[in-house]
This record gives sequence, structure tokens and C-alpha cells, in this order.
Amino acid sequence: MSTLVLLLFTGLGLGALYFLVAAGLSLIYGLMGVLNFAHGAFLTLGAFTGWEIARRTGSDNWGTFLLSLVIGAAAGAAFAAFTEFVLIRRLYQRHIEQVLVTVGLSLAAVALFDGIWGTDPVYIQGPAWFKDTTEILGARIPNDRFVCIVAAVLVLLALVFFLQKTRYGMIIRAGVENRSMVTALGIDVRKAFTLVFTIGGAAAGLGGVLASHYFGYVSPMLGGSLLIFAFIVTVIGGLGSLTGAAIAAVAVAVLQQFANFYLGGTGDFVVVLALALVLLFRPTGLLGRTA
Amino acid sequence: MSTAAESRATEPRPVLRVESLFATIAGQQVVEDVSFTVPATGITALLGRNGVGKTSTIKAIIGLIDRTGTVELDGVRIEKEATFKIIRSGVGYVPEDREVFSKLTVAENLRLAERDAAPRRQLVEELFPDLLARSAQMAGTLSGGQQQMVSLARALLNTNKILLVDEPTKGLAPKIVGEVAETLAEAAKTVPILLVEQNLHVVRQLAEGAVVLSGGRVVHTGPALEFLDDAGLIQRHLGVSTDAAHSGNPAEKGAAL
Amino acid sequence: MTTDTDTSSTDGTASQDRPAADGGRRHRKHDAHGAPGSAPRPGRPGITGRRLAAWAAGTAGVLLLVLLPLLNISLPGVLPGPSYTPGSLQLLAMCMLMAAAALTYHLLLGVAGLLSFGHALYFGAGVYGLAIILQNLDIPLLPAMGLTLLIVIVLAHVVGSISLRVSGIPFAMVTLAFAQAGSVIVGRNPEGKTGGDEGLTLRTDNLPDVLVGVVNTRNLYWLALAVLVAVFLIVTWVQSSRAGHAAAAVRENELRVRVLGLQPYLVKLLIFVVSAVLVCIIGMAFLLLQSGAVPRAVSSDLTVTLLVMVVLGGVGSRWGAVIGGVFYTILDQRLTTLANSEAVKSLPDVLRVPLSEPLFILGTLFILVVIFLPGGITGTAERLAQRRNRGQRSATHDARTPGDLLEDAA
Repeated sequence: MSTLVLLLFTGLGLGALYFLVAAGLSLIYGLMGVLNFAHGAFLTLGAFTGWEIARRTGSDNWGTFLLSLVIGAAAGAAFAAFTEFVLIRRLYQRHIEQVLVTVGLSLAAVALFDGIWGTDPVYIQGPAWFKDTTEILGARIPNDRFVCIVAAVLVLLALVFFLQKTRYGMIIRAGVENRSMVTALGIDVRKAFTLVFTIGGAAAGLGGVLASHYFGYVSPMLGGSLLIFAFIVTVIGGLGSLTGAAIAAVAVAVLQQFANFYLGGTGDFVVVLALALVLLFRPTGLLGRTA
Repeated sequence: MSTAAESRATEPRPVLRVESLFATIAGQQVVEDVSFTVPATGITALLGRNGVGKTSTIKAIIGLIDRTGTVELDGVRIEKEATFKIIRSGVGYVPEDREVFSKLTVAENLRLAERDAAPRRQLVEELFPDLLARSAQMAGTLSGGQQQMVSLARALLNTNKILLVDEPTKGLAPKIVGEVAETLAEAAKTVPILLVEQNLHVVRQLAEGAVVLSGGRVVHTGPALEFLDDAGLIQRHLGVSTDAAHSGNPAEKGAAL
Repeated sequence: MTTDTDTSSTDGTASQDRPAADGGRRHRKHDAHGAPGSAPRPGRPGITGRRLAAWAAGTAGVLLLVLLPLLNISLPGVLPGPSYTPGSLQLLAMCMLMAAAALTYHLLLGVAGLLSFGHALYFGAGVYGLAIILQNLDIPLLPAMGLTLLIVIVLAHVVGSISLRVSGIPFAMVTLAFAQAGSVIVGRNPEGKTGGDEGLTLRTDNLPDVLVGVVNTRNLYWLALAVLVAVFLIVTWVQSSRAGHAAAAVRENELRVRVLGLQPYLVKLLIFVVSAVLVCIIGMAFLLLQSGAVPRAVSSDLTVTLLVMVVLGGVGSRWGAVIGGVFYTILDQRLTTLANSEAVKSLPDVLRVPLSEPLFILGTLFILVVIFLPGGITGTAERLAQRRNRGQRSATHDARTPGDLLEDAA
């Protein structure tokens, strides 16, 4: 029983990270039709920025941790806004070129990170409480899992609030459904594009800082490895659906943990199998738009 | 809006002038060298068989599809502008198939459409009391007729120079068709309308001028009633028997292919 | 609705590419323009003349490449030594294999419009498959290759039929996921078979002697050249076959093709499997050339590299793929040397850091090409040529951007 609980919470913690990356990907794709290959780079930049802050201010207390979260999110947001404004915007409507540009950007960015911080993983220390464990139903859960879960839930609530209660949120919801009709109502969707990219970048940056604590290290490859799972989550959840991404993120991560434990380390493989099954029986994903 | 005296004295500028409009969708030429004008008052009908390019012409005017040519709105050239700018300069667009946002409520659909500083909410509430009652309902759960009303309301919320209305009676029950026609007639009192319609009875009821397309080109322009009364023209350009044009049955949309 | 889609796409593919290089072939392939090289068709006198000239040039080029190991040609700055040295031959052989791999990617992307991020899976399957089979089974080379090929055909079929349930961007994501699974399996080193991070050395016991050892780099070079020529011919053949035309038509307008009664899914699957099989063969040659399997062979980085090559060279053009493959490989090698040079090491940090990372330069170059020169190298060359021949009606299309070529299914 305690193993089950441990696996569950580890899965939820990982799922929280997947969600933070997938949420941005899903919205960007849903609204803009762009597959943002550079999304992992936003995450990595957030993680490294957070690490730099922690390094300079002494990383073992809550204050600096929260600061690193904020700065990491800001770094991700800035990188994303820059990407959209300088690279994506001038390729308006040319979706394949937009994808290609994000591919080039991810190559260049990871190489740049290699150059600045080196290719070896850098170990990170958080507040001491992170390394402690809390006991739930007989399982000892490392506390950093809770931080990830809480952060992801807060982000989800914030995003839902934004989408439901603000004008730009309304524009984005409408645009995900029918972008051309939004322009035919006289709305400049390009502002929404930048906004969605920035939000996605902020979530990814935040996810990066959390990931560095969850895994215990930062490296230029961090974003790339998480990105692939975020892609899987986005497809399974349904492109363009925030709730789909949330559900799929939890499902995928928990499945992965259980498969790793009970089926001898085949977690990654099982996840891909799940993707295959979803594609065979429901190609638009769990909650994706059918068009 | 000119008085009778003014319109006799000088030819009032047409609110919309289209010249040598060419448009393509996915490399396929759908509009070929289309030229016509829409007068500054009343309803002008854009007619033609299915697939002839009427919707594409409308979309080309507001730039939703790739086009070349000249488009002039109230004397100002707009063909190089982005769609949203064209709409903001005073175009109300009521698309074929309504295209309401199904995951937004009725109220949100309308709020999204508000452009002006002082949208004409009261007017819309008066014209569409049913929508007012359904404010919080998800637009995706509305009936076809109700969705059409949302689509029309969206266009009427703002002060526009012209309304582009694409097949508003498509797929609607006869009673609703009548309501839509009434709403359009009411709207036409204050803003000129370019109306794409297959239902010739509605055209007869509402339209003053007619522009007829065939094979992506303009093949006839002139007063609507004149065209509708000419059985030969109707047969040739619309492929419809004269009975349909003359029938008093508003549900008869003609045997348009 | 009256234009014939097939002809127009054929014009696009056939006339944009120069025809196959090997004029020494005995069998003339049949393509849409009718018997090539025969009496000029009415109304098109210049084309066959041009094509003959192109074939002649291509054959001459191949001949030169064949003779290269026996010559003493130096290209300082490009080749590490004169052309007969093993180092140079190794580099050239790698260029040719990469060019061939880029050609297989061109078949996927340029012809069928399939943006796959998982192509490396089949390359890696060729590399690792052959390595593992040779390592664990005592069978000679050719049967081992045949077995590997068989496995990859099945693999491509299974993965392709699942992945092609979706198209466009979702398809890209799914292919990436499958390739990642393969990469992970290799990395985990199940039962020590794949060597994990270290990779797997090639077991040479059952290989013919001519292919083993530095002294035989020449033979491996010729093998790579043979692979390149063969792949080029096969890709040309597929492109101009009925399946190729159908795939191009599907790429342009899937709905139209379905209306015509064709099955887009099957056509796409066919192209998918064919390009997977071809890149598997290239992978096997790669194994022989490198004498070992490395995890990079199955990584998504490799697929991205192929994508970059094809776009740099010019999407939709076979020669673009070849040029892109060669250009990228040489550039990568040169940039790596530059990065380790004293000149760069002594630069201030803000310059040194970017310049010491070849991928940074390549990635930035790629971005610039996509934004400003979307037709790639061949597209830009064509545009310049057209500008010079202003007034003369060119049979080639305007340089195509990747976006022109691919209907976004999203």
C-alpha cells in the first residue's frame, strides 16, 4: 500500500512538471497551429536562471527558492516573448516554417547553454525541507513532490481564471476554436499570440526550476527530455485543450511510475504504447477539438 | 445615406467597389476577375449556383483568402490591409454556417464582437429578445436559428459601413427564415448590405440590386426584380426553374446544385 | 477542377530536379515526360537537350568521385588531407552517406509532405540491428543485412501505420515519441546488448576482409558512393512512379486525391516504409564505415540534422538534399575544428562561447535560411539564375518554400 502511495505521489509530482510544459505547448498549438520545438529551451533557461539565483543568494531557504521560481518563470516568459516577436511573427500563417524556426532555435539554444554552463549536470540544493519526507498512509513522500503538485495546481487555476474571466482569455478560447472568425470580428490575434507564447514560456520556466529540484540537477538536456513527454501528453490530452493536458499529464506520469516499478523500468516504453493506443482509437486525443 | 434629391443630383459613391478581384484557395482559382459595386443604401444580392465563388468573393473582400485586385470601401482602398483592420474600418461579417464560438456563452460571443467604444447593446437587445434570455447558454447548444441570430447580432452591435451577409437562411425552418429576413430588412434601413442568398424568395423580398456570379466571374448585374422576373436568365445562371423564383414558398431554395 | 493535378506536380518535381546522374545505366526509367533522351517532344525541344547535358554532367561527377581515392587532390580548409588519405576518404564517405540519408528524408518530406521527427529510428535500427546481429549470431554479412532489413520493414510498417492515423503537426509529435522510445531502449542497454552510452563495437569476424581496417577505407568510400548513387536512383524512380505522383498529389491536396478514389493513407505508408528501408541500408553502411554503433545514430538529434540538411539544401529537390547533406557535414566538421582552434580559444567570452559551439552556428544559420532564404541553397541558386535569364521562359518553378510545399493539415 505504501508503495502504491509513493508511486502515486511521485507520479503526481512528475505529472505536475509535464503539465507545466504541456499547458503552454497545447495553447500555443491550439491557438497558433505552431509546434514549438523550442519550448524545452524555455524550460532549460528557466532552470538555469533559477539555479544562478539560488547560487548567488544561498539556495537553502524558502525566500530564495520562491525568488528563483519567479525569476525562472520570468526568464522563460522573456525568452518566449522574444521568440514569438522576432522569429514567429514574421512567419505569420507559414506554419511549417514556424516549426522549422523553433527547431533551429532549440538547436542553437541548447548549444549556447552547453557553451555557457557546460554539458555536465549541475547539482542543486533547495530548502532543507525538500529533502525531508512526509508520511502519508505509510509512505514516505519526499517533500519536493508536494511543491511541484501545489505549484502546478496553482498555475492551472490561474490559467483557468485567466481564460474564463478576462477578455484576452476569451479571445484565446475563441481563437483556439476558430482563429479566422476572431480576425473577422476585427480582433488582432497577433497580440493574443504573443500573450500565449509568453504564458507558455512562463509556465515552462517555472516548470524548469521545479524540475531542477525534482530531479536534483540542471543540465542543457533537461528541457529536451521533458519536452518529448510533454509532446506525448499534449497529443494524448488533445491539442488545444488545457484540461486535456492536465488529465493526460497526470495519467501519463502515474502510468510511467507504475510501469517503471512493476514492469521493470519500461515506463517510457509503456507511455509510448499508450500514445499508440490513443492514436488508434481516438486520434484527436481525449479532449481535443475534432477538426 | 443620401436623400432622393441628392441621389438624383449626384451619383452617390458606392459603399463598396470591387475591381478585377482574383482569389485562390490552395492554389485553385476560385474568383476570377470579379468587378462590381454595392450602392450605399439598401440590399444588394450576390447570386449564383453552389460552388460558384460567392462565399469566396466575400472572403476575398475582407482578406480571409489570398486575393489580388482592388477593393474600395467608402472610397478607401483596403485590399492591402489585414482582415482585422478591414473589419475595424466598418465591416460587419455574418459568415456562412454562422461560425459562433460553441464553447463560449451567448453573452461572451456578443461581447467578443464589440468593437466600438459604445456598442449598440440596447438595439441588439430589442431586436433579439430571445438571445437576451439565453445570455448564459453555451452557443454550441443553440439551435441553428438561434445561432444565426447570434451571428447577426454580432454584426449589428457595431456601427458599420456595410454588412456582408453570407447565406443567413441556410438550413433554417420557414418561420425562422421569415424572422431573419425581417431582421435584415430592419438593419438595411441604416446600413447597406451585400447579401449572398440561394433562397430566391428572400432575395425578391429584400434585394434592390443583384450581382450574379457564374464560374467565378460576374455574368450579370442589375436590379434584382428585373433579374428574378427573367426566366431565361435565371435558368441560365442559376440552373433553377422559374417556379422556384416566383413561388411564394419561402422554404423553396430552388434546385441549386 | 479541369487542371490535371498529376501533371502539374510532376512538372514541379521532375523539372525542378536535374535528372538522375548515372547516364551509364542500361535501362531508361519511364517518367512522366515520356521516353527521356529520345527524339525531342514537340513543343519542348530544350528540355531533353538540357536533360542529356545534366545526365552527362552527373555521370562525369560520379566518375570523378570514383577516381578520387586514386588522385592527389587537396582542398585545404575542406579536407583534412589529400584525397587519397584515409582521413579525407572517411570524411567524404560520411558526406555521401549523410547526403543519401538526406535524400531519404527528402522522399518523406519533399515528396510525401510527411514531417517526421522519428526518421533516425530506422537509421539507428540499421546501425544497431546489424551490429547486434553480427555480434550475437555467426552469420556472414549479407544474410545479417537481410535479416536487419526484414526487421526494419516490419518496424516501419507498424510504426508508420499507427503514426499515419494523424497528419501534420500531430504526426510529427508522434513520430518523435516513437523514435524516443527506441532511443531510450538503446540507452538502457537491455542485457548489455546495445552497449548503452558507450555504443557497440563492430565485430569483424564474419566480415569480408576488404571492408575491415583503415587500409581499406578506400573500399568503404566506394561502398558509400555506391549507396549514394543507388539511393539517388531509387528515390528518383519512386518520385516519378505512380506512387510518387500520388504522394505528391496527396501532399498538395489530400481531399482531391480521396475524391479520385485513391487511398492517401496507403500511399503515405508506402513512402514511409520505403524511406525507412533506404535509410536503414545507409545505417548499415554507416556501421561499417564507423566500425561501431553510437547512441547518436538513433537520437532525435539525428533526425533534426537530416531535416536541417534538407531545408538548407532546398525542400522538394533531390539535389538540394544531396547538397545540403554534404554542405552540412563539411560545415559541421570545419566548425568543430574551428571551435577547438587557438584563435577561438583566445577570444573574449562573449564571442568565444557561441563560436565554440558548432550547433549554435548551424542552428542560427538554419533560422536565417528559413526566414530569409526559404528555398534553401538550390532555391536561391535558381532564383539568381532566373534573374540572369530574365525573359527566357524557364521550365523550373519559382523557388518553393517549405510552407508552399507542405499543406499544413492542422
